[in-house]
Amino acid sequence: MSIVLITILTLAGLGALAAVILYLASQKFKVFEDPRINQVEEALPAANCGGCGFPGCRAFAEALVKADDISDLNCPVGGADVMATVANILGKEMGKSDPLVAVVRCNGTCEHRPRLNEYEGATSCAVAAALYGGETGCSYGCYGLGDCVEACDFNAMYMDEKTGLPVIIEDNCVACGACVDACPKEIIELRKKGPKSRRIFVSCVNQDKGAVAKKACDVACIGCGKCAKVCPFDAITIENNLAYIDYDKCRLCRKCVPVCPTNAIHEINFPPPKPKPAKEQEPANTPESSN
Amino acid sequence: MLKTFSLGGIHPADRKISAGKSIEVLPLPKRVVVPLAQHIGAPAKTELKKGDQIKTGQVIAKSGGFVSANIHSPVSGKVFKLDEVVDASGYRKPVIIIDVEGDEWDESIDRSETLKTEISLSSEEIIKKVGEMGIVGMGGATFPAHVKLSPPPGKKCDVLIINGVECEPFLTSDHRVMLEKGDELIVGVKILMKALKVDRAVIGIENNKPDAIQHLTTLTENEQGIEIQPLKVQYPQGGEKQLIDAVIGRQVPSGKLPIEVGAVVHNVGTTLAVYEAVQKNKPLIERVVTVTGPGVSKPSNFLARIGTPVSQLIEAAGGLPDNTGKVIGGGPMMGKALSNLEVPITKGSSGILVLPHEEAHRKPVENCIRCGKCVSVCPMGLEPYLLMIEAEKELLDRAESDNIMDCIECGSCSFTCPANRPLLDYIRLGKGNVGKIIRNRN
Amino acid sequence: MNQKLVVSPSPHVHSGDSVPKNMYGVIIALIPALLASLWYFGIGALIVTLTAIAACVLFEWVIQKYLMKATPSISDGSAAVTGLLLAFNMPSNLPIGLIIIGAAVAIGIGKMSFGGLGNNTFNPALVGRVFLLISFPVQMTSWPVPVASRFQYLDATTGATPLSVVKEGLSSGASLSELMGEIPSYLNLFMGNMGGSAGEIAGITLVLGVLYLLWRKIITWHIPVSVLGSVAVFAAILNISDPESYAGPLFHLLTGGVLLGAFFMATDYVSSPMSKKGMLLYGVGIGLITVLIRVYGSYPEGVSFAILIMNAFVPLIDRYMKPKRFGEKVKTTKVQKQ
Repeated sequence: MSIVLITILTLAGLGALAAVILYLASQKFKVFEDPRINQVEEALPAANCGGCGFPGCRAFAEALVKADDISDLNCPVGGADVMATVANILGKEMGKSDPLVAVVRCNGTCEHRPRLNEYEGATSCAVAAALYGGETGCSYGCYGLGDCVEACDFNAMYMDEKTGLPVIIEDNCVACGACVDACPKEIIELRKKGPKSRRIFVSCVNQDKGAVAKKACDVACIGCGKCAKVCPFDAITIENNLAYIDYDKCRLCRKCVPVCPTNAIHEINFPPPKPKPAKEQEPANTPESSN
Repeated sequence: MLKTFSLGGIHPADRKISAGKSIEVLPLPKRVVVPLAQHIGAPAKTELKKGDQIKTGQVIAKSGGFVSANIHSPVSGKVFKLDEVVDASGYRKPVIIIDVEGDEWDESIDRSETLKTEISLSSEEIIKKVGEMGIVGMGGATFPAHVKLSPPPGKKCDVLIINGVECEPFLTSDHRVMLEKGDELIVGVKILMKALKVDRAVIGIENNKPDAIQHLTTLTENEQGIEIQPLKVQYPQGGEKQLIDAVIGRQVPSGKLPIEVGAVVHNVGTTLAVYEAVQKNKPLIERVVTVTGPGVSKPSNFLARIGTPVSQLIEAAGGLPDNTGKVIGGGPMMGKALSNLEVPITKGSSGILVLPHEEAHRKPVENCIRCGKCVSVCPMGLEPYLLMIEAEKELLDRAESDNIMDCIECGSCSFTCPANRPLLDYIRLGKGNVGKIIRNRN
Repeated sequence: MNQKLVVSPSPHVHSGDSVPKNMYGVIIALIPALLASLWYFGIGALIVTLTAIAACVLFEWVIQKYLMKATPSISDGSAAVTGLLLAFNMPSNLPIGLIIIGAAVAIGIGKMSFGGLGNNTFNPALVGRVFLLISFPVQMTSWPVPVASRFQYLDATTGATPLSVVKEGLSSGASLSELMGEIPSYLNLFMGNMGGSAGEIAGITLVLGVLYLLWRKIITWHIPVSVLGSVAVFAAILNISDPESYAGPLFHLLTGGVLLGAFFMATDYVSSPMSKKGMLLYGVGIGLITVLIRVYGSYPEGVSFAILIMNAFVPLIDRYMKPKRFGEKVKTTKVQKQ
């Protein structure tokens, strides 16, 4: 009987001692942490994609709590809703940020851009880019090996087998920028999603001279500048034989789309073209030129 | 037991089908394309204009820095254009395109065949001359030769090693140079010895070239300080660090140059070019190029002018076979696959290899079975399987601590992998990325 | 030329080595031992071997096809090797049901749950074997008598293995010299005339097999030599310390699964270290643990456990036993100078 008693007492004593030590230790080594960090973290989408520029949602939450002005900080995944919640928790002014979306600035499908050789190394754009300029005559275009798709954590990209180009599923894209970093050719760009997801961009990054670019790919931007001439808002610049539309200036008037001789300018999510009577000639009459 | 290097190594099939073919002079092309970056280091700068009349051997682009090299016109004629064209890598690089008119050489060049053994220039003059004549490592690395001949302060060279290994399968240009230009080669060795102020030179030759070993041994019988060292056949013995290990048993430490262990290595082709530059005042405007392959009807060794299009060399060797799958600039282990046959040969082109379709494809990649064969063949004692994962997953700090930068890109790991894994593809990528990090750190 | 040129990074040639070549090489190397097991255990060995191979291949195919939704790769021979080795590690009178359970555990848990060939931490055949040994200890340790049970399967007359004779004898107080009379001569042990698992008994055939593997360069000498060497050394130390209670090195080498384990199980590519130094350490670990289990443990035989235990250390060994780097020697002396 006494053995049982001694055993029970000893164990109970040990337990009590351990509890005291643990309590003391937890008091002594207590780290003060702003409780709002946890609140903010909970409000964030926990995607840990790094799209905000911080390593994970926790780090972003810490930064949000620390910063006096959070208008520069934005969670691309959560968007305005999440940022409003966060701003509410912290009692700070939230910034205005238009939602972004990734666009693929290459339209060099198999049809438009003939393959001149056959790549057969490791299936990785980065490996191919370290080796050479690619299967086609265009050394700026998409390799079609899917590093961007691999990098996407949101199931927002897939490789179109037919065209050999990546496709972005707009609804899933959170504009975290992982694909932008993964692309060795800097083809993918984050652009403003635009009202009703409508946007216009030059779907080409080829900086070769017009004739060379055109020879390599039917739909390459040849840097002719026609689009820049018709643009009423000075949104288009031509640099290194390549047109670029500044999405902050672009007002989606779409005047540049029809004048492009190679159809390199893409419009997305606009309603299907209605029959429009001789609208195309109008812009050519305006003598303004942005160059 | 013949000497060889101490770690790893593989034995790819030799297939030196053009070994018995003597060097033929390739007819002049109609137009040459001379790239401005034919060497490691800064590209050369040109002041030529379209329409300028130039002579063979005239400087057409000046060295762009200490680690750089002059470029001389390989032909005489008129500058057609200064342009940017797609080179072997598929990217656009600046070139000078020259329309060939006759073959009028610069007067300063001695074109006679007579052997000139007496070395009149001093060490410094030799180094200067080698730099002026645009000589670079002709084994493929294209490192400017005069830089190698000028050891950094505090370092001393005590042995010159001449690389006659030619461990790449198929290639035979160095082999033919040793057989046909033996006398010139020995004088070249003596010039390099004088430049480096050393009294010992060793020519390393693999045992699969007994005729070259025999020939050079006879020639050097009465030469003081020049030895011929036959080596056991093993790839990549032609790698600088492996060759030093094989010949004199010294291992160059990680990240260091051969001069660290008192050795300087020059290729056979480079040595011949040094002879011609110093004794004959002839710049590096032509080189021996092997054109070979299982389907090539006339495998040959050509003496071709720099800037000749690859297609013309293949034409001279009997044309491109019907079932061609791959054309490689260089050997099968380290050469670059060409996407375009109009690219010119450069100072570093040792061969053109044409592979038929059945040999041009890789086999499907399978899971790593951890057999460890890549580890045991790696001549640098690295773990390719691990480096590949680290490069693929971008664990670059770990890749760096696993010595990824030591990789010499010999390809032994990919060659030997039973699961056909693209080990070197990823290691090369990882090396590039780690290299960037290291450069940013400094 | 009408086709496009292929462009790929170097190297542009390949040795021609392949996973199936290595796997079928192992199967060829196991054929002498298979013949020996057929000779000694006859019909039982045949049934066990065929069932184990068929079950392993089938499980691999089913799992790859329906669970992993991948193209089955049973033709690479790795499942067949696992099946063959599993059969070699079981007594030849094992009921078919148990063999199938063993194969399911070997392939399903030992291999596929890790992601298939190349990803498994433990040797799959041994996972299956040890699972059976722990779950069905009676069936797994009733050893048919060689030759006599040639035409018997489930009803085979059984006897003890030399190892269990010694183990039980020693624990019941007998001295080693008395027990040695009960076990076959060393020559008989080497030829395989003893009780034991189907494939482990005939040492001579296993030696033939390993010589073939070494000649084909499928394995290197490091693991077999270090396992056998360490078993011999540790056994010899014990034997010298007390010859009456500890058997000699030759006894330990020739009985049980040491030879099969050292040649074919420990050398399994996937679950062994990559560097030569690592292989030696791994082999020594296996040898040491084997002798410890045999001498002090409750099982008469410990090779399977030893290999599995060392398998678990392989990632650690790979992390710290790096191959000798080129130029390393010079580097270390330099560091010391600074």
